[in-house]
Amino acid sequence: MAFIPHTPRDVETMLASIGVTSMEQLFDEIPAGLRVKSLQGIPPAMNEMEIGRLMRSRARQDGQLLCFMGAGAYEHHIPSAVWAITTRGEFYSAYTPYQAEASQGTLQLIYEYQTMIASLTGMHVSNASLYDGASAVAEASLMAVRANRKSKSQRILVPTTVNPYYRKVAAAMTCNQGLRFEEVPYAPASGCTALESLAAYEGQDITALVVQQPNFFGQLEDVEALADWARSQGALLIAVVNPTSLAILKPPGEWGEKGADIAVGEGQPLGVPLSSGGPYFGFMAARMEHVRQMPGRIVGRTVDLSGREGFTLTLQAREQHIRRAKATSNICTNQGLLMTAATIYLSLLGPQGLERTAAASHARTRELVAALSRVKGVRPVFEGPYFHEAVLSCDRPVGPLLESLASRGILGGFDLSEHYPELGSALLVCATETKTTADIESYAAALGEAMQSMRAA
Amino acid sequence: MSNVPPDLQYTKTHEWVRTLADGIVEVGITDHAQHALGDLVFVEVPEGGRTVAVGDPCAVVESVKAASDVYSPVAGEVTGGNPQLAAEPEVVNSDPYGAGWLMRVRPAQGAALPGLLSAAQYTELLASEE
Repeated sequence: MAFIPHTPRDVETMLASIGVTSMEQLFDEIPAGLRVKSLQGIPPAMNEMEIGRLMRSRARQDGQLLCFMGAGAYEHHIPSAVWAITTRGEFYSAYTPYQAEASQGTLQLIYEYQTMIASLTGMHVSNASLYDGASAVAEASLMAVRANRKSKSQRILVPTTVNPYYRKVAAAMTCNQGLRFEEVPYAPASGCTALESLAAYEGQDITALVVQQPNFFGQLEDVEALADWARSQGALLIAVVNPTSLAILKPPGEWGEKGADIAVGEGQPLGVPLSSGGPYFGFMAARMEHVRQMPGRIVGRTVDLSGREGFTLTLQAREQHIRRAKATSNICTNQGLLMTAATIYLSLLGPQGLERTAAASHARTRELVAALSRVKGVRPVFEGPYFHEAVLSCDRPVGPLLESLASRGILGGFDLSEHYPELGSALLVCATETKTTADIESYAAALGEAMQSMRAA
Repeated sequence: MSNVPPDLQYTKTHEWVRTLADGIVEVGITDHAQHALGDLVFVEVPEGGRTVAVGDPCAVVESVKAASDVYSPVAGEVTGGNPQLAAEPEVVNSDPYGAGWLMRVRPAQGAALPGLLSAAQYTELLASEE
């Protein structure tokens, strides 16, 4: 059955009632040059039985490896109750509710989610979530251009320590709106944004500076200095943060003298399982003075005619159903289901539970770095503190090394050579609270064997 | 019945224009416009230094019912927006022709104020719209 439920007769009837004879005639207003001729590379349709079989065979290839990879998505323990509650019929929708009179439960849940995100990030106000971390960086950049009315340049400084996929998505989403992203290099010793390289931009019109904490290498940036530098230059500060880390690190709302202007990130670590890249969700929070430039849904608390507490969508004049082309964003929904899981995850863990998760992940990663560094030919690349990821340099090429580890049942990490060729054969590794000392030892042993056999070959 | 002060000029899009002593023009929205919008909850005014052309959207007035753009009736440079409105947008409702002004513009050299309506013409326009 086709997804579109209209029968050929339905289509004919609709066309006839508006006075056109064919679909072709309906769309003839669109110039031929702008039309997609055919969807190349899309294989023929499959039925449910065929697609089920294909997906099962793909799932078997996954092999359930012991995962030491992070690079933007993280394996954390998810209490069983999270998805048992999330998938209840009352919550089971991907969409934001429009009708307050029929959706008080969901609206209250979103309000609580917003409260949790605002509290985690130390910011004044959160929206109801975005699609993912990468698009959240793009939305934050567009928001900064709207909010920083003193700046005319639309220039956004983005250190290369920001997730390379986020940088790529943000550039792709905003290039037709005139935004320019300019890369700031990192200091080779620390793996952190080099404050000296910002000096070149002093006195120029910069709209915003993006800072990722912990950065893509897992290293902790000097966020105080970076925030104050941005402030002194009249640039807004966009913080890209890992939500788990906020349980033990200083929240962006407290960075430097005035704090970040916008905080965004990938919400996946909060109760969303790793699943071939998604669906995940993005979060976004901001200072109150920027709230009208914020994209997406926002739920507010109010009172009804009899003075009873209630929840409703608020500040909707920013959104496209009111402002049309001048809306802050084309985002008119949120990642409802994933955001629901995150709210339940955070409720079950509580601040102490999240703090223990973050501290355990940090401790496990220290243990991992120590164990792997004892392997001959492996050494840590950067100095200075890190959260739950670190970069290791190997004296054998990382690509074949990771393949060899995979054949031993281990997902060994993220190969940095494509995005950071200057690091040589370098591997980004991660351990969360889900890894045991035995897991870490078995990884170190497998890495030693893999390196040994590559030397022998 | 809307208040239409006789000493001001008007646009078809319900802005009013007052020429100040130093040649700078002050712009706001009319009593009719504030009434049609209802209680204002937010007003965004332009930054000083911005260059505007006739018809450029340069301010936003948002009420509990709708959000609307305010268009510049004159070409020139914005000398400043009304700083009071960020915290007290309701002033536009209570005093649209006074404390509720939105922005001041220094007209470009030789710029005329084209196509503006007199109070009588604007009153006529309102009558025809009803």
